[in-house]
Amino acid sequence: MTRYTSVTDADLSEMLGTIGVDSVEELFADIPASLRMQRELSLGPGLSEQEVYEELKTLAARSTSAEDEVSFLGAGMYDHYAPALIDSIILRSEFLTPYTPYQPEISQGGLQAMFEYQTAISELTGLPVSNASVYEGPSAVAAAGYVAQNTNDRKRFVISRGVHPHSRECVRTLAHAWEMDVVEAPLTNGVTALEDLTDDVSAVIVQQPNFLGAVEDLTSLANTAKQAGALTIAACDPLPLALLKTPGECGVDIAVGEGQTLGNRLDFGGPSFGFFAATQALVRRMPGRIAGETKDIDGKRGFVLTLQTREQHIRREKATSNICTAQALNALAGVIYLSWLGRRGIVELVELMLQRTAYARDRLQSIEGVTLIHDQPVVREFAINLDAPVQRVVARCQEQGINPGYALGRDYPEYENGLLVAITERRTKADIDRLADALTAAIAAERTTGTRKARA
Amino acid sequence: MADPSYPDDLKYYQEHDWARIDGDSATFGITWYAQDALGEVVFFDAPKVGAEVSKGQAYTEVESVKAVSDVFAPLSGEVTAVNESLADKPETINEDPYGEGWLVKVKLTDPSEVDSLMDSTEYQATLD
Repeated sequence: MTRYTSVTDADLSEMLGTIGVDSVEELFADIPASLRMQRELSLGPGLSEQEVYEELKTLAARSTSAEDEVSFLGAGMYDHYAPALIDSIILRSEFLTPYTPYQPEISQGGLQAMFEYQTAISELTGLPVSNASVYEGPSAVAAAGYVAQNTNDRKRFVISRGVHPHSRECVRTLAHAWEMDVVEAPLTNGVTALEDLTDDVSAVIVQQPNFLGAVEDLTSLANTAKQAGALTIAACDPLPLALLKTPGECGVDIAVGEGQTLGNRLDFGGPSFGFFAATQALVRRMPGRIAGETKDIDGKRGFVLTLQTREQHIRREKATSNICTAQALNALAGVIYLSWLGRRGIVELVELMLQRTAYARDRLQSIEGVTLIHDQPVVREFAINLDAPVQRVVARCQEQGINPGYALGRDYPEYENGLLVAITERRTKADIDRLADALTAAIAAERTTGTRKARA
Repeated sequence: MADPSYPDDLKYYQEHDWARIDGDSATFGITWYAQDALGEVVFFDAPKVGAEVSKGQAYTEVESVKAVSDVFAPLSGEVTAVNESLADKPETINEDPYGEGWLVKVKLTDPSEVDSLMDSTEYQATLD
């Protein structure tokens, strides 16, 4: 048998003969007939490699890449520039190919990368402990909820409506299995309005900046949670943390988030990684693994897996996490990106976004038919209301090669014609002016159409 | 680390737990054999005071450099005290498993369960 081709008929009958089975079909006898498809897959005849390439090329051409338009899309994933340096390092086979390290200390480089990554996340979040990464943002939020539930054994999550819809959905899905209740805290003028909490609240879950781009008053939210004996979980966008007060300083117990913006391209939605940092008190309940620095028998610096005892491959039935392969490669891209930016560079980057976002917000709100959904401070994203059907406005802008942002109505019926606009460092002032012009024209055109329809 | 010992004044449970009976209360811990098999203990996940424990059910975990292991209750009851000092010095479980390394104190709900436990000689016989 070769490694890359399927078995021949002769191979097959030899294998079946060895295990004493007449047909492959018989191997599936245990699966009830009602659950089986009872027919062949409707696959066409085999194609040559060249034909497959042509077919895939045609399919790929149907997608619009963020590179093909001037994109102001964000809503959780952002079009940042990923320097060439990242690929040149992460494509090295030592990093690219290894599977989950069951004997991790053999790969000192891999552990050192984890250690450096954890240090960077710990500094960004202002929390003492970071794990070596988790799958992605929304599952990190849910995993944080599980840590809270494990810590205080309470039955309810209060989650802000400003938390990413995917994260809220993920929390709800898992909370159901933990027999926990999920209550949503509404937004007032774009930020979380937290009422007094009952004493059965396990954790308050918020996002910084929130889905509508608004910077939340984390300190005040964390205080309210603390008074009720609940933990505070903040889903954070890592780049703005370079400018904002860190979650740790604000009294947050667990800071998690989507790591895509750190050196990972959009890549049609993934893979990326999630980060997970917490207070010292929660270290034993954290999911995933933690790499640590130590000295070897000769006194030389070395790295070990300090904590992984609650992982699924060690104690499946008592595991508090299911993260084995993790997203180590994506997290590595993250730490390379942060090192490439440096301590000053990341601040400069976020200041640049802050300025351009302020400019864009100002430009757009002066357009007739545009109002702000909230006037809270923002970093790289803001929400506006259009006095015109948002989908049609978006379509008109796209005809000009501009994607003006994310239509909010799908997730927030209360902002039926809302638009979420993200400004990364890749969007220049000229791009923003183009966006303003395209939006002005599109809204005006839609309002004229609307008026005409109304008259007719 | 302490030398192997299995004091005569204690009762033993097959999952390598001991109980020191005092009327209708008892103190629980793990035996010398258990701590030796675990290796250096690095974390004791203390249950809450007031928690119910049932004979033969896991009521907490200890984590050593090798593994996380369940700790089983030798008797049923309600936790009235936990050994707070283990939070900072979990290695006490290795150093003094029958003394300073105790885990919890329990008010027994069914003191007759004590009769089902082993004495030191019987327990040591299970270790061979």
